[in-house]
This record gives sequence, C-alpha cells and structure tokens, in this order.
Amino acid sequence: MKLDSKIPEGPVAEKWTKHKLNVKLVNPANRRKYSVIVVGSGLAGASAAATMAEQGYVVDCFTYNDSPRRAHSIAAQGGINAAKNYPNDGDSIYRLFYDTVKGGDFRAREANVYRLAEVSNQIIDHCVAQGIPFGREYGGYLDNRSFGGAQVSRTFYSRGQTGQQLLIGAYGALSKEIKKKTVTMYTRCEVIDVVVIDGQARGIISRNLVTGELTRHVADAVVLATGGYSNVFFLSTNAMACNASAAWRAYKKGAAFANPCYTQIHPTCIPVHGEYQSKLTLMSESLRNDGRIWVPKAKGDKRPANDIPEDERDYYLERKYPSFGNLVPRDLASRNAKIVCDEGYGVGPTGNAVYLDFAEAIERVGKDNIKAKYGNLFEMYNRITDEDPYTTPMMIFPAVHYTMGGLWVDYNLMTSLPGLYAIGECNFSDHGANRLGASALMQGLADGYFVLPNTINDYLASEKIPKVGTDHAAFAEAETVAQDKLDKLLAIKGNRTVDDFHRELGLLLWENCGMGRSEKGLKKALERIPQIREEFWKNVNVPGSADDLNQALEKANRVADFMEFAELMVKDALERTESCGGHFREESQTDEGEALRNDDEYAHVATWEFQGLDKEPALHKEPLVYEEVKLTQRSYK
Amino acid sequence: MSDTINISLKVWRQNQGEEGHFEVYQAKDIDTSASFLEMLDVVNEQLTLNGKEPIAFEDDCREGICGACGVLVNGTTHGSHEKTTLCQLHMRKFKNNEQIVIEPFRAHPFTVIKDLVVDRSGLDAIITEGGYVSVKTGNAPEASTTPIKKELAEAAMDAAECIGCGACVAACPNGSAMLFTAAKVSQYALLPQGHPERKQRVEGMVGKMDELGFGSCSNEYECAVACPKGIDVQNIARLNREFIKASFM
Repeated sequence: MKLDSKIPEGPVAEKWTKHKLNVKLVNPANRRKYSVIVVGSGLAGASAAATMAEQGYVVDCFTYNDSPRRAHSIAAQGGINAAKNYPNDGDSIYRLFYDTVKGGDFRAREANVYRLAEVSNQIIDHCVAQGIPFGREYGGYLDNRSFGGAQVSRTFYSRGQTGQQLLIGAYGALSKEIKKKTVTMYTRCEVIDVVVIDGQARGIISRNLVTGELTRHVADAVVLATGGYSNVFFLSTNAMACNASAAWRAYKKGAAFANPCYTQIHPTCIPVHGEYQSKLTLMSESLRNDGRIWVPKAKGDKRPANDIPEDERDYYLERKYPSFGNLVPRDLASRNAKIVCDEGYGVGPTGNAVYLDFAEAIERVGKDNIKAKYGNLFEMYNRITDEDPYTTPMMIFPAVHYTMGGLWVDYNLMTSLPGLYAIGECNFSDHGANRLGASALMQGLADGYFVLPNTINDYLASEKIPKVGTDHAAFAEAETVAQDKLDKLLAIKGNRTVDDFHRELGLLLWENCGMGRSEKGLKKALERIPQIREEFWKNVNVPGSADDLNQALEKANRVADFMEFAELMVKDALERTESCGGHFREESQTDEGEALRNDDEYAHVATWEFQGLDKEPALHKEPLVYEEVKLTQRSYK
Repeated sequence: MSDTINISLKVWRQNQGEEGHFEVYQAKDIDTSASFLEMLDVVNEQLTLNGKEPIAFEDDCREGICGACGVLVNGTTHGSHEKTTLCQLHMRKFKNNEQIVIEPFRAHPFTVIKDLVVDRSGLDAIITEGGYVSVKTGNAPEASTTPIKKELAEAAMDAAECIGCGACVAACPNGSAMLFTAAKVSQYALLPQGHPERKQRVEGMVGKMDELGFGSCSNEYECAVACPKGIDVQNIARLNREFIKASFM
C-alpha cells in the first residue's frame, strides 16, 4: 500500500485556495447522474449530504437512529471555535491553526489543520444564516467564550447545547433536501458492510433494524461519517449505540486505519457509581475555571469532604503546576487524577474520584455568580448524584469521550480505498494526539459543508467509474457474509450477555490502553483480547431472531467488531513507545515524571493495513513534515 | 450513599402487527443511584439469561439531549419529574416494593414497532415541510452583518431547545403535535433569518401535522407540563398568530 497524502504544493496559507482551483469539476447538468452514499447523519454526515445534494448529486443518507436529529453530535456542550477575532484579542487563522497543531502535540497534518482554521469562519457565517441561536451580547452581536488550550476567546456557543443547535441546523439543511427528493433518507438502517468492486468502493449492505432485512445500495462514491470508537471502552461519554463497525469493516476491505491508539480522556466527568453503570456523563471543562481540584492528604480518608480540614487537603494540580494550576490541558488533568487514585488517595464509594471544590469561588464571588455561570451543570450533577455541589464538593473522574484516530484520509478526505471517504470524527486528520475543546464541531462541519463537497468532485470527474448494479457478485457475497455472521451470533445461545463481554473488554482497555500505558500492560491486553473474543464467539447469548427489531443482535454485531478493533488499538499503542498528547507511555517520561515525546522516531502517522484475519496488519508510516510550526515540548509548570 | 430497592415492573410487550399485553417482572436489589434505563438494562440482562427476549426500548445519548428515549411511567411521559427525560430519571425517585407500570408513548400517529419502541417519524415529516431556513452552503453573508436583539436570540433559543422526543404528543389528550411544531415555527419567527419563508413554513408544517393525523390543540397545556425541556405554551400562541398572518400574505 502506498499512502499519498496529496498535500498541495506551496505556502500553507495558499494550499486550499489553489487546490480548489485545481480540483476537476463535474458539469452541473451531469451531477444528477452521480450518486453518493453518506453513512451517518451527525454534523459531518448531515452537512455533507445536504451540501452535495445542493450541488446536484443524488444522495442516499443512512442512520441507525429513528431520526437524523439523534446523532451523537447533539450531545456536544461547550461550543465551536472560529478565527473571527470578534473580541479583537489577537486571534487569526494562523493562531487557530497554531493552537490546534500545538494542542495536538505535533501529531496532526499541518496542511489539513490550516484548512480547518481557514474554513472555520465560513462555518459561523453559514450557521448564523441557518438561524442557529448563538449566544449574543446586548448590542446584538455574537458573543465568544474562552476554552482550554488557547489565549484568545474564539468559541461561539448556544448555551450549553451548541452541538444540539448545530446538529439541528444541519438536520434542517438535510430536511430541505429530503423535501426536494435530492436526498433519500434511510432511518433505522445500519450499515453492515462496504462493497468494493474492482478496487473501488461502490456501495453498502445495510440492515433495516425494524424488519431485519438486508438491502444492497450502489453508488459512485461512499462517505463514512460514522463517528468515533470511544465505546470500545464500554464506559465512555458516547451515546449507547456509537460504534466502529462501518469504519472497521471498511478497514477490512482495504481502507487503512490511522493512529487507532489516540483517544481523548476528558477530566471532568461524573464518576462511575456501580456495576450497572451504562455510560458516563461529561460536564463542561469550563468548571475548572472556578473549581479547585483536591484529594485528602491521607490515603483512604473516608471522612466527608467538608470534615477534612484545609491543611489535610492536597490541591495536587496547584502544587505540581503552579503557573497553570487547575487549568492545565485535558490530558494532564486526567492523568494526574488517575495517578492520585491509583496511589490510594481517591475519594467516593469506589475510590475512583477526586474533588472539584467550589467553596472558595462561592466565597469570593458569591453563590449567585457561580449559579449564573454553571447553574445548568450543577443541576445536572445534582440530578445524577443527588448531591448539592453548592455545599459539598463535586466528585469527578476522567472518562473516554473522543477518538482522534480513525480511517486514514488524504488531503481530499479520501481513504486509501478509492471512492471511500471518511469525514468528521471518523477520520484521523486534524487533531493529532489530543483534541482541543470546541474543535470537534468545527471539524465535523468543516469536512461536511466545505471540504468534502469540493474535493469529491475531483474523484467523480476524473475517475472511470463503470456502471454496476446491485446484482453484481460482490454485493451478493457481502450480503451472504453479513447474513452468516448474524445467524452465527444468534445460534451460539451461550451463558453470557453481550454487555457482559463488552464490559470485560472495556475494563481491560481502560486499565492497559487508557491514559497510562506500559509495554507490560499492553502486552497483557494483547494476550487477553483474543481470549475474550474466542469466548464471545462460543458463549455469548443473543436472544430473538434476525427478522425483526432485535437490539441485542445489533449490539452483538457491534461488539463483535470492537473485539477485533481493540487488538489493533493496543498494537498501535505498543508500537508508539513515546508519550504524546493524552497518552502517557510509562517508559517515556522526563525526570520530573512528565510526558516525553520522541519526535525523531514518532513524528509520523501510524497507518495500519489489514492483511487478513490470521495475519499481522502491516504498518505504514506517513511522515509528518512541519514547514510552518516549530516542534516544542509542551510545558505547563 | 446509595441504597437498593425491590420493584415490580408491569411492562407492555408487543410485536409489530400483533396485539400487545402486559407482563410483570420482579427487579430485585436495584441500586437507587441507577437511572431508569440502567434499571431496565439490569432487567434485560436477567431476561436474556433466563431465555426470554429483552424489553425493547429506545435510547441513545443517556444524557437528556438526543430525544430518543421516552415511555409512559405510571401513566406519565418520562415519569414526569420536572424537566427530566427518562434517561435522567433515577431510581431514588421510587419506593421499595413499588409497582411501576411501563407503556409506550400512546398517540394515534405513533404506532408501536415493538414493546416500548414507537414510530415517531411523523415529527421528522413535519420538519421536512419547512422547519429550517433554506440557505445553501456558500450563500451566507458575514455573520456579524445582522445584529439580533439579545432578548430575541434568547427567546429563539428557548424554543430551539426542543429535543423532538414526542412527549408533548403523548401527553396531549388529542395527540396533537402543536407544541413540537410551535417550537420550530417560533424559533424562526423570532429570528430575521426565518422571515422570508414564514408563510410556507407555518402552512406547510401545520398542513403536514393535520395530514398525519396529529390532533388539534384544545388548550389543555398538558404538553408543556410533560416537556422535558420546558418549552413554553406561549409558542403555540405564536404559531397561531403566524398561521393567521400567513393567510393575509
């Protein structure tokens, strides 16, 4: 496999403009002769489907939900970044680009990130025109808030529901095209496989989740906008049905997977309560602006927080990082919470939590001020835990919530499988080893509204795409394989539930391939995963049939893919012996115990190629060349 | 600290095209810190291990924003604790040895797909008729060219918080989707971006609502009580004004 990133020549600031000029176009009258399948209806999928339909292409869009509006983009709280510089505080496209590359710990592609920063402003223009109610100032102009990893205020927001509002905007755009019949929407349809004919992605096999029927869909290009793989950990902040299946099956059909070990762990989530826990809830990291993080100085101190005197508390972030204190980046805040808990200082029933204390802030600015700033978050915390954060410190713990790795794509967002594109969280390209807050919404919409609808023209206009029908042997074969797999899952009738297996896999990954990683732990996980997988295929219990709505079967089918994907994730983590972004490799640290990057050996994208079920995947390295930005070691001391 | 309770569940079971019926299950040692859906997970694990089919119910984000979840709990939508979706309802709200009756949302246009899962695609069909601003990607002027009064932006946001769960329809004795439709119509009636299409929007959406068999509003206001996002009934008044105005346009 030869990976060509197709980064245009020339200065970074001119690449995208030049590239748009060089892209071949399809004549407007001819566009209706081309069809594109979009899998996923989140920010990236809905915006791409709508925009390509506006251009005249025939679009089929798929979601496993009952409505496109339910995609998990909806849960994003904080906001969306753009380089508008409305606050006049020194922001620029270049600064947004630089912050994103630095925030990603110098493991993202410069050209892609610059383009992201460049189109960020158009996104805001477009979303305002869509009637998205962004927060405004009394003068009527758009308001901005600040976010981690930046010295400027560049985040646009709609209260604590920015993801919801942007998604509803994209869903509106999609609905507008559904009304015109330029987009055909398939709800409650899960994509089971990608169909490849003569080396090109030519369609999908989808399963109607209500009738169980497998159907074949052919197109000239296929776009995956299927989100990330956080749910491989079982517990994450992702929605219950978020999965890696479409991306994983594309990988098995020839699309390379990049940096699967890059996951982001968010520091301010509500801790796990018990065995029954099904998912984790994130609270905006803006809480760290006023909350102070601490644990008791004594191990296993079971006293209620308010009974622990001031001099018996360890404000460990303030102690270790005096200049940034509680506002260190996400990765440091998360890792240090895990360290203190692993050492036995953790609080709460499970010992896996630290305090986030607002007592001092309430005394300083008053309860009303704190309520105005964080009222909705305090309410959410109270609803879930039944505790009052105004009087008792919150308990928080890190949780997996985003994956920077994904399908490898070139500058055009095409995977290594011709005709197959990956956009949004599904691809790997823009966030490097760590994503900054308010950048996920920006990337999803950049890809969907502005990048893909430009770059996909090039493929459709210049490649020879022969006419095929769904009667082609490749469709029949993919359908048979899919059906056999479902039948096999139903036939096992073992003694353990799908969730039981998923939980076991997730815990293994959390312990060994989460925030802190070591060769020993990773090798242990690598040995254990195939054993869990083997038992899964012998002993899982999937009730019901394949002929109607069967949620257990849906889940089993997704977990079966996680069982395979997990192995690649751990292999990638084992291979990357450096610490970078949110990933602390124990063997790679400074004398002070901080993460140590190794630019000489690891300034590359680790890209994996499937070689067959029983064979080791091949590793290809795409070197990351930094022409604009100087690589530096991050320091927040 | 959390406690455990024993409860008995009377749950509606139904396959598509068949008649439904209630079944009773015992749920023992349920942690009161668990959410309602986590309690159902526990029950489903047990059903599975006992060779029975788990209860089908809809959910996804489990943080109260996607709008996928929603059933009737003891006759009320989402269990009707103020501004709470079912996924955010916790078992500490229930008593030991309580019987909880769980049914799907009941409304004429919401047919049962299986057990507690209903077809709410009618709500999407209403949006398709105009619940958006028809702006193509690339059309937009610079974002700051149109200042919008903060109060209007806030009121639009109040309406835009709707999560499309359908509780308003299920709570209405007429099975009306007025609050749902009114929330979207209001958002765009309040903002200048929505004005060019206001006539087509309100007429198209209301027309589709009628066509699909959603009932009329008779000012019961049950919808606003049921709404997990606190969407105000004033939006219905605004919808009515928009509708009347449209006939003069």
